[in-house]
Amino acid sequence: MHIMYFTEQPMSAYPAEEGLKFGATALMFPNTHFDPVAGSRLYNEFIEQYKLAEAVGFDGIMLNEHHNAPFCMQAKANIFASILAAITERVKIVILGNPLPLSENPVRIAEELAMIDMISKGRLVSGFVRGGGQEQLATGVNPAYNRERFEEAHDLITRTWTQPGPFRFEGNHYHNRVVNPWAVPLQKPHPRIWIPGVISRETVIWAARHRYPYIALNTTVEQTNRIWELYDRTAEEVGFTSGPEYHGYLKQVHVAETDEKAIENARQFTWMQGEFTGLAHPVWSTPSGYSSPDQRRGFVEFSTGRGSSPRRRPSFEEQIRDNMIIAGKPETVIAKLRQVMEQTRPGIMSLWANDGFMSQQDSLTCIRLLGQEVLPAMREAAKALDLKSPFEAETPVSLAFSQDLKPRPAAAE
Amino acid sequence: MADAIAWQESLLPIAGVQLRLRRAGKGPPLLVLHRDTGTLEQLPAYAELARHFELLLPEHPGYGQSERPTWMRSVRDLAAVHRWLLAELGLPKAALLGLGFGGWVAAEMASMAPLDPAQLILAGPMGIKPPEGAILDQALVSHIDYARAGFHDQAAFEALYGADPSTDQLVEWDICREMNYRIAWKPYMHSLTLAHLLGGVRAPTLLLWGAEDRVVPPAAAAGWQRAMPRAQRETIPGCGHCIEMEKPAELVRLVTTFAQRG
Repeated sequence: MHIMYFTEQPMSAYPAEEGLKFGATALMFPNTHFDPVAGSRLYNEFIEQYKLAEAVGFDGIMLNEHHNAPFCMQAKANIFASILAAITERVKIVILGNPLPLSENPVRIAEELAMIDMISKGRLVSGFVRGGGQEQLATGVNPAYNRERFEEAHDLITRTWTQPGPFRFEGNHYHNRVVNPWAVPLQKPHPRIWIPGVISRETVIWAARHRYPYIALNTTVEQTNRIWELYDRTAEEVGFTSGPEYHGYLKQVHVAETDEKAIENARQFTWMQGEFTGLAHPVWSTPSGYSSPDQRRGFVEFSTGRGSSPRRRPSFEEQIRDNMIIAGKPETVIAKLRQVMEQTRPGIMSLWANDGFMSQQDSLTCIRLLGQEVLPAMREAAKALDLKSPFEAETPVSLAFSQDLKPRPAAAE
Repeated sequence: MADAIAWQESLLPIAGVQLRLRRAGKGPPLLVLHRDTGTLEQLPAYAELARHFELLLPEHPGYGQSERPTWMRSVRDLAAVHRWLLAELGLPKAALLGLGFGGWVAAEMASMAPLDPAQLILAGPMGIKPPEGAILDQALVSHIDYARAGFHDQAAFEALYGADPSTDQLVEWDICREMNYRIAWKPYMHSLTLAHLLGGVRAPTLLLWGAEDRVVPPAAAAGWQRAMPRAQRETIPGCGHCIEMEKPAELVRLVTTFAQRG
């Protein structure tokens, strides 16, 4: 099993009551509420957390990015990935992911990632995402072509990494006269690509068709297993057998010395949920054309208050009861994680351990306890359950680079 | 105002998609180009105009019940489709009445065939960047708030759409929105070239603006008048962006008077 440390890098030092007053804490919530002095302190605290995560035995550090919102201070995942490439020695640097449609020049992304891969001596895992709805507006990118841009940018990046230059690329959205960057990845044929997601069926199917592991972001056990069913069925269709090495799972997990303290701290996870969903303007988070047409009615109902958010999260108590948030002293957390691992059988797990206003001291204690007590127990459980990571299973990086595909039945064509 | 009209409806294959066209009335042909929020089936203004004109009301490709052309990338493409439609109908010289976003489409059409339109009537047209302010960005407001912003008098909005528009209406607005984004996202709802192409248009042109237009600032009229110095301008007091829905009698009076003179 591959176990990662994750934090959203929350900008917790802003006046929360101002967000409530404004009615939204993304896109248009004025950045005069951002305090760069606190920002500087927080960025450096996150670096300290990452260093400790490596020291206590995590296999990877998961990074992401968002724009115009306090719930995530990373405006460019590749910047933190570059920092980690230089200051860590062993952990995988797992970007989940670069929001491809936001880029006007994917070759530039390919170059940056290649540099990170070389500097880190081949420790990059390069995930790709579509970017949230608000991100499209924050960067002026057309939401109606989001998926087209995602797929085209992906094709251009993987070709840039694997096809000798110079070559010409002419798509609908990207037009490159000369693709011939001098930075190419150290890992061959290219760094592993993992695809994170929440509710979009199209993305699950797309990931499976490329044989990229899919990382379910903080979904319920039931949602997660439904995702695996769809992924595994698609995998069979394209000629490989899926399993834990293709299944990743991000969970909110917080550990403290006592159950009481952990539960109290874990309430901070709802801070981020409030930011991300409860206080997002639905028209901003789901611009027209961004989602699949079969979700159109649900989203317009949500946007007028006639329906609940398709991304709605239940109450904190329910989330604790249903293991959506796992919090407690190490023994409590280990027992619950074992249960979730048995129920969902992932080969990749990401522990989203700290959020909101959790103090740096409590965050570091959490990371230490995870490393000393929880990770060894998880590894033991993973061994017993035969949950292998893509590295342990030595899976090919993609369908295109697979030598072991099963012949497809002729009738399927 | 007149009652509802019985449309003659047809689907025409144009540019690879099925275009929905409704026709009614007798008189010189008048092509009505609808808004970025689509169009209702019936409007008092349509019924009244049908008494004076042969009214041609297509739904833009990708809007309402007209099929979406996935290849379409610009409002100029959309205008070319409507030119094709007029050729198909044998009515290349039909007068053009463009409502808001439809005014942009009409102006593009006129710039493509400067001798053709019998008259060009642009009601609060988008398409040229206002010298100050900006065209209201629907990407930042809800579907209902955007539709309401088109009306100075909210009672006029509610009389047509209801105080609480149906979910079906919201879905329709969302489909329109997606198509607006596909062809007019950047620059948002205006063209960088149109103003330079209008000088050749020979059609008598009427520019109408609601004095209280909150969607396309009335200051935008200055840009149009620079591009089309011979255009006649009329301002409708106490009226927002959606002139045909808020002041239908006034719109019909101005259009018929202008057409008779033209």
